[in-house]
Amino acid sequence: MKFFKNKNGSIYTSNNLGDIFFEKITGFFAAVVLILVILMAYEMYAGAKPSIEKFGWGFLVSSAWDPVREMFGALPIIYGTIVSSMLALLISVPLSIGVAVFLSEIAPSWLEKPASYLVELLAGIPSVVYGLWGIFVLVPWIRNDVQPFLSQNFGFLPFFQGPPYGFGLLAAVLILSIMILPIIASISRDIIRSVPHDQREAALALGATKWESILIVLKEVKSGILGASMLGLGRAVGETMAVTMVIGNRPLISASLFDPSYTMASAIANEFTEATSDMYISSLIHLALVLFVITIIINALARLLVWSMDRKWKTVR
Amino acid sequence: MENGAMKSNLYLYKKKIINLIMLSLSVLAAVISIIPLIFIIYYTVSKGISHLNIDFFIEMPKPVGEPGGGMANAIVGTLIMLGIGGSIGIPVGMSAGIYLSEFGKNKFGNVVRFFADVLSGVPSIVVGVVVYSLVVIPMKQFSALAGGIALGIIMIPTITRTTDEMIKIVPQSLRETALSLGIPKWKTTVSIVLKTAWKGIATGILLALSRAAGETAPLLFTALGNRFWSTSIGQPIASLTVYIYDYAKAPFEDWNNQAWTAALVLIILISILSLLFKIITRSRYNIKQ
Repeated sequence: MKFFKNKNGSIYTSNNLGDIFFEKITGFFAAVVLILVILMAYEMYAGAKPSIEKFGWGFLVSSAWDPVREMFGALPIIYGTIVSSMLALLISVPLSIGVAVFLSEIAPSWLEKPASYLVELLAGIPSVVYGLWGIFVLVPWIRNDVQPFLSQNFGFLPFFQGPPYGFGLLAAVLILSIMILPIIASISRDIIRSVPHDQREAALALGATKWESILIVLKEVKSGILGASMLGLGRAVGETMAVTMVIGNRPLISASLFDPSYTMASAIANEFTEATSDMYISSLIHLALVLFVITIIINALARLLVWSMDRKWKTVR
Repeated sequence: MENGAMKSNLYLYKKKIINLIMLSLSVLAAVISIIPLIFIIYYTVSKGISHLNIDFFIEMPKPVGEPGGGMANAIVGTLIMLGIGGSIGIPVGMSAGIYLSEFGKNKFGNVVRFFADVLSGVPSIVVGVVVYSLVVIPMKQFSALAGGIALGIIMIPTITRTTDEMIKIVPQSLRETALSLGIPKWKTTVSIVLKTAWKGIATGILLALSRAAGETAPLLFTALGNRFWSTSIGQPIASLTVYIYDYAKAPFEDWNNQAWTAALVLIILISILSLLFKIITRSRYNIKQ
C-alpha cells in the first residue's frame, strides 16, 4: 500500500485553523533552537573580531599571553586543553571499557539497578563540588604522596620533574578522568548490550571462553566505543570549574605533569571578570569561539559514530 | 599422539588463564571506578554536615573572621535563577520537542534535531560568554535575569530531546483513534499525546533543572554573585555554586567549611529533584523509557 505523504512526512494533512496555528507556533520554537546556536556563533564572532583582526591565525600558534602588553597568543592554553583532556581519556577509556564489560557481561542482574543509580549520581554531582573535593582532598594527596613517589621512582623522566605543588596538570588530569568515566562507561555499556545475543552464543558454542566471546563483541562495537570516548572528550575539553580549581592557572608549556597549566575554559572562567581592556575581553571571547568550534566538531563526530552503531544493530534486529 | 594431547591441554589451560585474568581486570576496573565516588560522597557529607544547621538556611553570610552565618541569599538566588531558567527553557524546549515529534519528519526537523545536539554539547562557560555579550552588556549590569537566561539556554536541549523521545513512543493508534473521531490534530496532541507522555516529559524537565542547579561557569559573569540579600532580577544575585567556588578558593578556614556545607545543601537539593524524578518514573501508568 502506498501512502501519499505531505511535506511533514506525515500521511495526515489538516485544514483546521487551530492545527495550522499549532504547527506554526511549535515550529517557531523549534526554529528558536536553531537560531540560538547561530546567534551564539555570530555573537562570539562579533565579540572576537578585534582580536581576530589583530592576531589572526597567529592567535592559535603564538605563546605570548600577556594582558599587560595586550599580546594574546593561545598556544599554551590550547596545549594545556589538549594534553589534559587526552591524558584523562587515556586513563578513563580503558577503565570505562572494563566497567562497561563488567556491567553488561559479568555482573549479576541484581547489581544492574544500583550500578546505574551510581552512574546517575556521579553524573549529577556538580562540577564545582568535584573542584571543592579536588582542592581539599585530591591536591593534598597528590602533593604529599603521589608526587614524591613519582619523582623518587620515575624522576628521570621529564614528565615527573619539578617541585610538588599539588596544583597542576596532574590534578586536572585525575579529576577529569573521574568526571568523564561515567559518561563513557554508560554509553559503552548500552552499545555493548545492543549487540544481539547470538553473537556471544555462537562464540561460546564453538568453544570460546567468556573473554573470547566478549572480545568478539568488543570488536563489533569498536566505532561505538570510539564515539562514546569522543563524547567524553567533548565533555573534558569544555569542563570548567573543577579544572579551574585544581590546574594552577598559568599559561605554560611544560613537559612536566607537576607544573601548573591552563585550559581554554579555565582561562575564560578565571580571567573574564578581571579583564580590563577591550582587547583582553575580545581575546577571551576569541578563546570561547575556538572552544565552541572544537566542541562542535568533536560532538558531531561522536554522534555520527554512536548513531552508526544504532543503525547497524537496528537493521540486524 | 600424547604430545598433541598435551599441546591442546596447554592451549586450553592458557585460554582459561587469559579468560580469568581479563575478567578479573574488568572487575578491578569497576572497583577502581567506584572508589573516587565513595570518597567524594564521604567527604561532602562528613565535612558538610558539621556546619549544617538552621542558621545556614536563614542567615546571611558573615564577614571574614566571624564564624557562623548562612547562605540564605544564595539559596534564594539559586531558586530564583532556576525559576527564570525554567520559564524560558521549559516552554521553548517542550514546544520544540512537540514540533520535532509531531511535524518534524522533514529536513527542517532533522536540522533542528542536529542543532539541539550541538547545543547540548556546547560547554556551559561558552553560554556564559554569549549571555554576557547579549544581556549583560546591553543592560550595563550583571543580573539575576542574565544568569537565569544562561541557565534557560542550557536547559533547552535536554528538554527538547526528552520531549521528542517521550512523545515518539506514544502509540500511533492513540493518535489515529482521536483523529478518526474528527478531533483536530492540535487537540489530539495536547489532550491525548501530551497527557500520555507527560510523565516522561516531566522527568526530562526535572533532569534539566537539577543539572542547571549545579551550574557555576555560566553564572560567573552573568549573575556574578552578591554578598547581600537581593531578589531583584535586575541586580547581581548570589548562588550556591558561585559561593562554593569563591569560598573554596578563599584562605579562611571558616569559609572553606561553609563551602563544604553549601556543597552538601546543593547535592541535597539535586537529590530531591532526582527523587521526584524516581517517584514519577516508578508510577504505574508510565510509558517505559
